[in-house]
Amino acid sequence: MSSVLYDVPGPKAIVRNRVLGVLTILVVLAVVGFFVWRLADTGQFTAQKWSAFTYTNVWIDILKATGATLAAFAAAAVGALALGFLLAIGRLSDHRWVRWPFTAVIEVFRAIPVLVFMFLLYYGFPVIGIRMEPYWAVVIALVCYNGSVLAEVIRAGVESLPRGQAEAGYAIGLRKAGVMRLVLLPQAVRAMMPVIIAQLVVTLKDTALGFVITYPELLFYAKYIGAQPSVGSPIVPATIIVGVIYIALCLILSFVANLVEKRLRRSPRVTQVAAAAQAPQQGGTDTELIVAQRGGSGL
Amino acid sequence: MGVITDNLDIWSEALVGTLVLFFAGGALALVLGIVVGAMRVSPVPIARGVGTFYVSAIRNTPLTLVFFAFVFALPPLLGLRLTGDVSLTLGICALGIYTATYVAEAIRSGVNTVPVGQAEAARALGLTFGQVMSLIVLPQAFRSVIPPMVSVFIALLKNTTVAAGFSIVNLGSVRNYLSERGENAFIVILWIMVAFVALVLLLSWLQRTLENRWRIAR
Repeated sequence: MSSVLYDVPGPKAIVRNRVLGVLTILVVLAVVGFFVWRLADTGQFTAQKWSAFTYTNVWIDILKATGATLAAFAAAAVGALALGFLLAIGRLSDHRWVRWPFTAVIEVFRAIPVLVFMFLLYYGFPVIGIRMEPYWAVVIALVCYNGSVLAEVIRAGVESLPRGQAEAGYAIGLRKAGVMRLVLLPQAVRAMMPVIIAQLVVTLKDTALGFVITYPELLFYAKYIGAQPSVGSPIVPATIIVGVIYIALCLILSFVANLVEKRLRRSPRVTQVAAAAQAPQQGGTDTELIVAQRGGSGL
Repeated sequence: MGVITDNLDIWSEALVGTLVLFFAGGALALVLGIVVGAMRVSPVPIARGVGTFYVSAIRNTPLTLVFFAFVFALPPLLGLRLTGDVSLTLGICALGIYTATYVAEAIRSGVNTVPVGQAEAARALGLTFGQVMSLIVLPQAFRSVIPPMVSVFIALLKNTTVAAGFSIVNLGSVRNYLSERGENAFIVILWIMVAFVALVLLLSWLQRTLENRWRIAR
């Protein structure tokens, strides 16, 4: 199995690779060992530090916090998808006076850090008389940012389709709206499904920014419980538990994404289109996100 | 404009804070990312496994959580007292370790864009491993790595604002200081947005320029 970088290893290379493998194991063991030693040394394994997590009420609160995270994610995901389609259609318009403002909005939303947008909604808007809950600040900021990113993804998907698709649509008498709705968008969405779902994982991750503007989600609760002296200020155990929950949520979403993608691949109608759209993008789903971001960052 | 000219001290301190986070975090991310990227394309299965584990674990973790772990959970473990310099260093580490996964992915996908035939032809000519790398593979990989790499750094620039939630001074935390001085929070945040749009446009321009300079001719 020759790769770009390495030839099939000979006897010397096999020995060298084994030595490197052992070295890697040693380095990893050293790092893990150091952390376990620090954890043990500072008493993080004592029963008192974990006593907070023996109460049912604490777990009910953790569940509520998880619910808050998921509620923000669900609203933001639906909103971002809707806004993404709207902005993409506006940006693909034939009229310059429609295309221009939509392009400007997309570029500006993409350039502003999500957290600064949340600050604007939560701390800035009360000055001009609009007050909102942290929940809405989180959701609106996420919808605007991810919506504009998704708009670029959908636009890239539509533009990657062969020209003949739109031409055939016009030839059978469809109007512009019909061509977009019946011919272009369904194919674009299927081709771009991996990137769209990767962006939804980003949305889920970014709900954690709500912590900074006091939205009571998982991290907020971890900080709260970690600062309770009555249970030994278990900030380290709380971080570990919340971290595991977040990673699990993201992995579940990624897993569902892969499942959806595989199912779409298997459908015979899609295979050719998807293959055509995927051809210029080398690499797996991970890199497609970068490719899509690159396609939209003002190139 | 008065919001800026009357408080130049805070704005300049914040801009320096953002730039320090960006450059120091970027340097750490680049070094770590190259190491992890090399591990992920190495012929050693264990190194590949460790690299894959690191990348998929960190990529499924929110940046806020990484910051949280570094700034709140690490100091009690290492016995650090949380002063300004310590939290800045921890913030840089958090940004670097998070961004390194994206750098590693950009490098891996860049190396994978080089067709296997290129390296095989070079080996068939009798070039050594070093020559294959420096003359054939890396120059081609470098060109396709540049655009996604700049995108990673644009994201890093925007991510520096997360440090504002952990009392590390940067552009994101200007609002906090200026509202103490009684400035209009709405105007202040609008100016922060303008600053970021300008910085991001600058980086996008750099991306276009670099891409045009090193366009792949295949």
